[in-house]
Amino acid sequence: MTGHRPVMAAALASLVLALALAIVPLPAQITPLRPDWVVLALVFWCLATPSRFGLGWAFFFGLLLDTLTGALLGQHALALLLATYPVLRFRLRLRVFPMLQLTVTVTLLLVLYQFTLFWIDGVTGREMPAGAYAWPVLTGALVWPLVFRLGERALRENAREQASL
Amino acid sequence: MSRSREATGPARGLAPGPKLFLLALLAAGLMIVDQRQQHLETIRGALSVLLFPLQAVVNLPFATWHWASDATASREMLMEELNRLREDRLDLQVQVQRLAALEAENARLRAMMGASRQAADRVLVAELLAVDLDPFRHRFTVNKGTRHGVYVGQALLDANGVLGQVVRVQPLTSEAIMISDADHALPVIVNRNGLRTIAMGTGDTERLSLPFLPNSADIEEGDLLVSSGLGGTFPSGYPVATVRRVERRPGEAFAEISAEPAAALLRAREVLLVWTSRVEDDADP
Repeated sequence: MTGHRPVMAAALASLVLALALAIVPLPAQITPLRPDWVVLALVFWCLATPSRFGLGWAFFFGLLLDTLTGALLGQHALALLLATYPVLRFRLRLRVFPMLQLTVTVTLLLVLYQFTLFWIDGVTGREMPAGAYAWPVLTGALVWPLVFRLGERALRENAREQASL
Repeated sequence: MSRSREATGPARGLAPGPKLFLLALLAAGLMIVDQRQQHLETIRGALSVLLFPLQAVVNLPFATWHWASDATASREMLMEELNRLREDRLDLQVQVQRLAALEAENARLRAMMGASRQAADRVLVAELLAVDLDPFRHRFTVNKGTRHGVYVGQALLDANGVLGQVVRVQPLTSEAIMISDADHALPVIVNRNGLRTIAMGTGDTERLSLPFLPNSADIEEGDLLVSSGLGGTFPSGYPVATVRRVERRPGEAFAEISAEPAAALLRAREVLLVWTSRVEDDADP
């Protein structure tokens, strides 16, 4: 059980970083293109260490995201729950997917996430132009392979360090 | 990534299915309560205090950049700025001399008419935190909250005019909506003739629209719109926008009028929070 604590710390750090990336100011032209970093990070950690990361974390970080963006309290929480559940449910199958297939799956999860946000915005009468929901899916799918490779490398190095100790 | 101990599945007591159901129910409950009532402000406040360090850290590079550009400014530049400020100050002082006399006269006249008069507005300078909220909603965060006495509905100004109003307060920060947000409307009067109307945000920071004026309304390009204070939220008499385009369409009931906000909506870094209080006449000696 020695390997758990550093992994946990790395996971928390990456999630906080994802939160920071969600609010860091960008030039106005590219702000709509901002990927959903928190979703990507959560999906990765649910794939990698599901015993540590599950729906509770998705819910909590969703609430943090709601507070940060001034959304309805619970909106991002629900969307994150719905996007992470399939990962936990089909995790064993997803982990043997080749990269392309995994990316397609993550894209579908992002669609589910954005659709939930869109749906809640619509019900409460706060809907935004369609681009606001579509662009993050596209850019999220593009950066996912990068996120995955980075995370995998970090985990592998951690495992090697643990082994050498 | 494949280590055997992870294959044991979720360690927590509940299986993912029921857990999803419960948490989703909780989220839905939160949303319903948040949409209908104000009870959740304490949860939001607690979370926002937790998140304040993060916002501060994200803001830090931008704050440092401003600080560094101030700190490394050359002496000539500073002298130049000082001179300019001195001139500005002289200019403003001359205007204030006249204003003082006018204000006294105004107070006397209002007292004669038995009208309530406006007390001097109290202001507090707040800084915008360099954090992005939703790109399609014109909202921003400022670094003053309930601890500084900020309240929901409070007006925000910059040096040129009305900027927006506070929509949510937390202990250390508060969230504000700009007058250009598509959900925002603001009662204004045309400064030239006192014509009352409402300026609506359009979702475009360069444009407000005035949808409720008939074709025959006396309004022209270049007219200054000032806040009327009728809604009770904004103090009256602050510049809001300048009319840029008036299109009278004979077939329609209303003219199409757009105006350009006076405040620098995207460039403001420091904003003024305004406290207004009406002094009723019977409170006067």
